[in-house]
Amino acid sequence: MQERTSLPEPVQAVVSEALEIGSQVQPFSVESVEKAPRIRDAKLFHSVCPYCAVGCSLNVYVKDGKVIDIEGNPDSPINRGTLCPKGAATFQYAINPSRVTQVLYRAPYSDHWEVKSLDWAMERVAQRIKETRDSSFVERLPDGREVNHSLALAMLGGATLDIEENYLMKKLFNGGLGIVPIENQARI
Amino acid sequence: MGSNMAEAHPVGFANVVKAKELGAKVIHVDPHYSRTSALANMYIPTRAGTDIVFMGAIIRYLLENNLYFHEYVLHYTNAASLVKESFRDTEELDGIFSGFDPETGNYVDQGSWDYQPGDDGHPLTDPTLQNPQCVLQIMRRHFARYTPEMVEQVCGVPREQWEVVVRTLVENSGRERTSALCYAVGWTQQSKGVQIIRTAAIMQLLLGNIGRPGGGIMALRGHASIQGSTDVPTLYDLLAGYMPQPAAMIEPQEQEAKDRPTDTTWGEASGKHASALSQQTLEEYLSSSGQKFGWWSNIPAYMRSLLQAWYAEAANEEDGNCVYRWIPKITGDHSHLATTYDMLDGKVKGYLLFGQNPAAGSTDSRLQRKALQQLDWMAVFDLYETETASFWQRGPVPHLDVVDPSQIKTEVFFLPAAGSTEKSGTFTNTGRLLQWHDKAIDPPGDARSDLWYVYQFGKRLKQLYAGSQEARDQAIQALTWDYERIEPEPGSRILDDPDSELVLKEINGYYVYPPGQTGGPGSESLQGPLGLREAPHVPNFGALKVDGSTACGSWIYSGVYPEPGKNLAASRTPGGHTFLQWGFSWPANRRILYNRASADPQGRPWSERKKYIWWDEAAKKWTGDDVPDFPINKPPDYTPPPGATGIDALSGSDPFIMKPDGKGWLYAPKGLRDGPLPTHYEPAESPVHNALYTQQSNPAARYYKGKPFNKLAAVGDENYPIVITTYRLTEHHVSGQMTRWMPWLNALQPALFAEISPELAAEKKIKNGDWIIVSTPRGEIDARALVTRRMRPLRVQGRVVHQIGLPFHWGYKGRVKGSITNDLAHMVLEPNVSIEEAKAFTCNIRPGKLL
Repeated sequence: MQERTSLPEPVQAVVSEALEIGSQVQPFSVESVEKAPRIRDAKLFHSVCPYCAVGCSLNVYVKDGKVIDIEGNPDSPINRGTLCPKGAATFQYAINPSRVTQVLYRAPYSDHWEVKSLDWAMERVAQRIKETRDSSFVERLPDGREVNHSLALAMLGGATLDIEENYLMKKLFNGGLGIVPIENQARI
Repeated sequence: MGSNMAEAHPVGFANVVKAKELGAKVIHVDPHYSRTSALANMYIPTRAGTDIVFMGAIIRYLLENNLYFHEYVLHYTNAASLVKESFRDTEELDGIFSGFDPETGNYVDQGSWDYQPGDDGHPLTDPTLQNPQCVLQIMRRHFARYTPEMVEQVCGVPREQWEVVVRTLVENSGRERTSALCYAVGWTQQSKGVQIIRTAAIMQLLLGNIGRPGGGIMALRGHASIQGSTDVPTLYDLLAGYMPQPAAMIEPQEQEAKDRPTDTTWGEASGKHASALSQQTLEEYLSSSGQKFGWWSNIPAYMRSLLQAWYAEAANEEDGNCVYRWIPKITGDHSHLATTYDMLDGKVKGYLLFGQNPAAGSTDSRLQRKALQQLDWMAVFDLYETETASFWQRGPVPHLDVVDPSQIKTEVFFLPAAGSTEKSGTFTNTGRLLQWHDKAIDPPGDARSDLWYVYQFGKRLKQLYAGSQEARDQAIQALTWDYERIEPEPGSRILDDPDSELVLKEINGYYVYPPGQTGGPGSESLQGPLGLREAPHVPNFGALKVDGSTACGSWIYSGVYPEPGKNLAASRTPGGHTFLQWGFSWPANRRILYNRASADPQGRPWSERKKYIWWDEAAKKWTGDDVPDFPINKPPDYTPPPGATGIDALSGSDPFIMKPDGKGWLYAPKGLRDGPLPTHYEPAESPVHNALYTQQSNPAARYYKGKPFNKLAAVGDENYPIVITTYRLTEHHVSGQMTRWMPWLNALQPALFAEISPELAAEKKIKNGDWIIVSTPRGEIDARALVTRRMRPLRVQGRVVHQIGLPFHWGYKGRVKGSITNDLAHMVLEPNVSIEEAKAFTCNIRPGKLL
């Protein structure tokens, strides 16, 4: 993470050349002098586009705890500052009133969602994982071969997961609990 | 081929356009004219599912006219290797190779495909390439019937168009030039997808286009970290870094016949097919998964380090075997789609979905939604409400797909997830490049990262199992699970967020016992064992050891975080010929794999123009613009001494170091489930019979015949005469879960449409903009007709074949809604990787609307 408050160098050069026309500095109104890009004083975070696999670099600008803009990173050898329509809309993917920000719960045979607390849901899902795994765990096949697995709990992950997330999923569910059908969009 | 790069990977395609401006020729072969076609020098319409004939004919042409790159092929491929006399080709068995068992639909005996072994374990060869059993001669016979006439008959491509492609490729390959090939799911989503890609590999090896700048086969993958999800896999059959998941048996099994809904485990081998190769112990696993020669001989160090990362000191009991036994063994095909049927049968009880939407995004979506109804419970982690999360509310066409919540038992949890800008972590792009993304702000409300969810579940589960005395619970008890932040993240209100850089450190690897000490694990004078937090980082996978002194979560990523404060995935220094300071490319930050092949056998560049990696005789090492993909000091004239093993068993001119013979495989003597050479089979649903063999479609594919919701149209079925293919648009992503809630994108692409040719429209009395119903034996959907010259009728086997195309981004959630295209697709799985055939099947259309 780094601050970027000045204009890119080539632009700076053009601007300073323009300002130095004639023998003295040209007059500017107070308004012009005080004009600033809205990303000035914003904090820059490096990100990567969450859509296709090209891996375009994004600059995410944060001011007052809010993301104010997301643009292509001009330094990236991959996208050189450009983005496609999806990448350019990453801002609206994150900042969007349609996002669900509370836990929703649908009880068996119910026809509606209920709002629940995060802690309640975490405990309940952890319990469900344990019950399903324990009731389906197989140590050995009838012929004696050891398998130490459960096939009754499945997982399917999207391919916008970070590698750190994938790593912990496989480690916990496969290495820790013996769950086999752990799958990903990468299969699709 | 098999890709619409301009629209599915637009920013990547900018580089193709740049190359074209510099004089490169771009050719697009695809059923559907797109912006990629518009920007190419040449567009060739072809019938979906016939790529092996198109490229097979190029292979035949190169062989028959001696136009292949002789020196490259002789030294760097297995062209000279001799195959067993007992091998029988599709030429002899009418479309099937030796070893096939029609009863189970599997190649149960693949022994005849193998090389003739020499005394030292290396294959026998004939460098004159004249022996009838040598790979080159076998290929000559195998591809003999892949003629330009077949291209016309099967693909519907006129000979003259195909000839331009051949000429262009030949002119643009060799010492001075290279050609690249790009593909995407247009190839993978076919019942013979792996063999299509193999055909491309054979073609590129014959032309000398692998391991060289400007060459290669580019898999254009479709998601931000889909490569990462394969490398650090959440896949049932892989452990990290492409080590296989241990199996109770090695060979694939036909699981349909044996299954009973009451079984708690399934897919196990019957006596007849049980492989002799057991993986019950670590030793058995290593001897059956590793290789005596080549880089994979290092698998013991990588596997032992993985066990160490997962189970710490417990991994040193019985030299790792104790914890190896905890790793669950697979007993058949437990892939996503195979598991869907297990779900429908009521055998799968719980389902965790992290950012996935099978109710609209997976093939045969109606089947997917029915399967969800059989679950006891399901937890969905996403940013927006998906079709999957709300499958119990309604179907896409309520009067056709009646959904009654009062009859659905599934307990559903929706847990709000964080977006990529709300968490820090790594994406691996399609070029194997790891790029770190910063967390910019906290996720809103109760939304959390998937890392948080998994970490917190792990903590809770470890607590739930803490008091257990059961042997089956030892793994979760021993599992290392401490990724707490020492200091809370500045400015964050989420105080229990795990430290993703600590996870990356575990993936990179660390010294449990720092090097330079004498003795081994267990000896008292040693410093260690050290935990993840305090242990020194390993610099790269070369440091990994088999003695339990190192831990590593994924060996191929080792080197990404070689020392504290040096996360190379976060490096952002532009510049240099190959941008080595921008991100980290696995393995070892190499940008082109097998780049030893960019130099000739003597180690000199093939040409000044294509100079990349070469042998520096003065310095006695390999050097160049990239990290050499070769033992750095092994001279080009190195010959293995008798009895050499591992990487030392390969010569100084064997670039393909992952292969036990160091050669690029024109012919695959092992490893594939549907044959050592690509063979054209028609898609599972096709308007025509296979013109090449009696065998109609891939004999080893899985058809799920007789299973519910998976009816297939017969060959040439008059009710379903039209070929249909599906694809992406630039403005939406997959099933729309990441785009159809966004007004900016919805304004650009508001509704589903079907692209149909003017000829077909006239035949069916459909006007542009009319509603039409598209039907297959699996179901019906409606869409607006887009009558366009982008789809063209083809002449195939003397008659006209129409093709239509539909994007697949819509569903019944989101701000814009539309039919689910995947309701039309069937469930026929490719035998090697269990991927569905969504790019070539058959349908019919009529005017009308369902809703």
